[in-house]
Amino acid sequence: MSDLTKLSLKAALDGMNKGDFTSLELTNAFLDKIDAQNPKLNAYTLVTHDHAREMAKASDARRAKGQVGALEGAPLGIKDLFATKGFRTAACSKILGEFKPEYESTVTSQLWRDGAIMLGKLNMDEFAMGSSNETSAFGNVINPWQIEKKLTPGGSSGGSASSVAADLCLGATATDTGGSIRQPAAFTGTVGIKPTYGRCSRWGIVAFASSLDQAGPITKNVEDCAIMLKSMCGYDAKDSTSLEANVPDFASFINKGVKGLKIGVPKEYRMDGMPEEINQLWENGIEWLKAEGAEIVNISLPHTKYALPTYYIVAPAEASSNLARYDGMRFGARVDGNDLNDTYEKTRAAGFGQEVQRRILIGTYVLSAGYYDAYYLKAQKVRARILQDFTDAFKVCDAILTPTAPSAAFPLGQKQDDPIQMYLNDVFTVTTNLAGLPGLSLPAGLSKDGLPLGLQIIGRALDEETIFSVAGTIEAAANFTAKP
Amino acid sequence: MSVNEKDVRKIAKLARFAIADEKVPVMVDELNGILNWIEMLGEVNVDGVEPMTSVVAKDLPMREDEINDGFIQEQIVKNAPKSSHGFFIVPKSVE
Repeated sequence: MSDLTKLSLKAALDGMNKGDFTSLELTNAFLDKIDAQNPKLNAYTLVTHDHAREMAKASDARRAKGQVGALEGAPLGIKDLFATKGFRTAACSKILGEFKPEYESTVTSQLWRDGAIMLGKLNMDEFAMGSSNETSAFGNVINPWQIEKKLTPGGSSGGSASSVAADLCLGATATDTGGSIRQPAAFTGTVGIKPTYGRCSRWGIVAFASSLDQAGPITKNVEDCAIMLKSMCGYDAKDSTSLEANVPDFASFINKGVKGLKIGVPKEYRMDGMPEEINQLWENGIEWLKAEGAEIVNISLPHTKYALPTYYIVAPAEASSNLARYDGMRFGARVDGNDLNDTYEKTRAAGFGQEVQRRILIGTYVLSAGYYDAYYLKAQKVRARILQDFTDAFKVCDAILTPTAPSAAFPLGQKQDDPIQMYLNDVFTVTTNLAGLPGLSLPAGLSKDGLPLGLQIIGRALDEETIFSVAGTIEAAANFTAKP
Repeated sequence: MSVNEKDVRKIAKLARFAIADEKVPVMVDELNGILNWIEMLGEVNVDGVEPMTSVVAKDLPMREDEINDGFIQEQIVKNAPKSSHGFFIVPKSVE
């Protein structure tokens, strides 16, 4: 039998539907490959061999009875931020210790409802705070591209992106607070979408910045992304910001074409010092869409440059509140002190890594008495301006095309000394989180060094359909077939 | 605005984590770097702009105030670092 792990999610589902192989055969192929490759990549922090095989056997039994879900028998990887009942969920932080939730996140429960198989938990930046997967308490993830160079897979969903690129799962769950799905997808030649805020329930996902966090899939191609997203989305009464919106068949929009669509190209995303190859990639994307009948519209998003500083007020502020719960009393690791406060302080100093501490300090400062108006309130007003930019732009265009990240994957360790340099990775992605809009990244070419580069498509709120039409067109034109 | 060592110690205290003496100056520099960078928001005119408090234009839903679970004491204390007889064991907080 050929290597089943190289199949796309769609091809694997079709293969099982035709009876070419079983879910157990497919699952075993992935487990064998993980056992062989994961020591080099460190993408999985936990591999659930027995559980995966049990789920696969149950799936094959359901199929024999004619019960076939939308993801029936498909082995997936789960970012360590999603609570998985009975399996360690640590957000890749020491402070959660060996925490094993007694409940399942809504998003993962929907995947299991549709027949998917869990292969294990995927590495990530601690509490999703990072852009290179270097803040994980479980060590760096290696990008499978040019593996000998030890490049970052991006972050925070580095394990998700690396495992999909290396064929260690058919697809992976991920989350995106400032670019954590799209930048890793761009760095690894994979496809990732952050849907509209409220599309995916946040219930059971470890909270980082609640007004920005959204879950989404990372997959091998656009069609897989649409299939997996459909299972992840849907209204959930347990998340007060969940949207009661119809979940369309996203995959049916991929071949709709872009004829007559207006595609916005924002001038503010042409940044000084951006590598020529990124500009060229963007030009290629524009030409491909033009050739298929789209109209290119020059647009302006004047507050773009304020997005990152706004994010670095809003996100740490919300994080400092969310992370107050890690006190070593009810769950997680505790370091005993002389009294209650001493125990809190020792527990949190030992449990949180440096980047998390840095962000908690910033967040605590901007929310503290006397500074709230100057920082947090001001940032929330600038955020309203950023949303207004998009609202104005979408009066004259249907979707926006930009690069995903300002560079290709860089070597691990290169940007660790300067937090702001690291934060700039998210310059093109963070705006959509602040505005709550959907954004997708797909691979569209290689850098001069042979590394994948991504293009980003941003859509109107709840208009993932148009994003998938544009993505399908670019995917067909780019014909990106390179593998790590 | 910028912070000094005293500020950093105070913020760390508020955030409830111990900060090693030798790390205080490092954090002062890092925080000031970030705070200087976010100062650029001062350029933005936000006169008359309402602060964005929600990205989703919807009212928070109401639900019935009713008991819908319970009798899960064992599950609740299962991940506790210290527990006994279904209770959390915590350091003494009242003298």
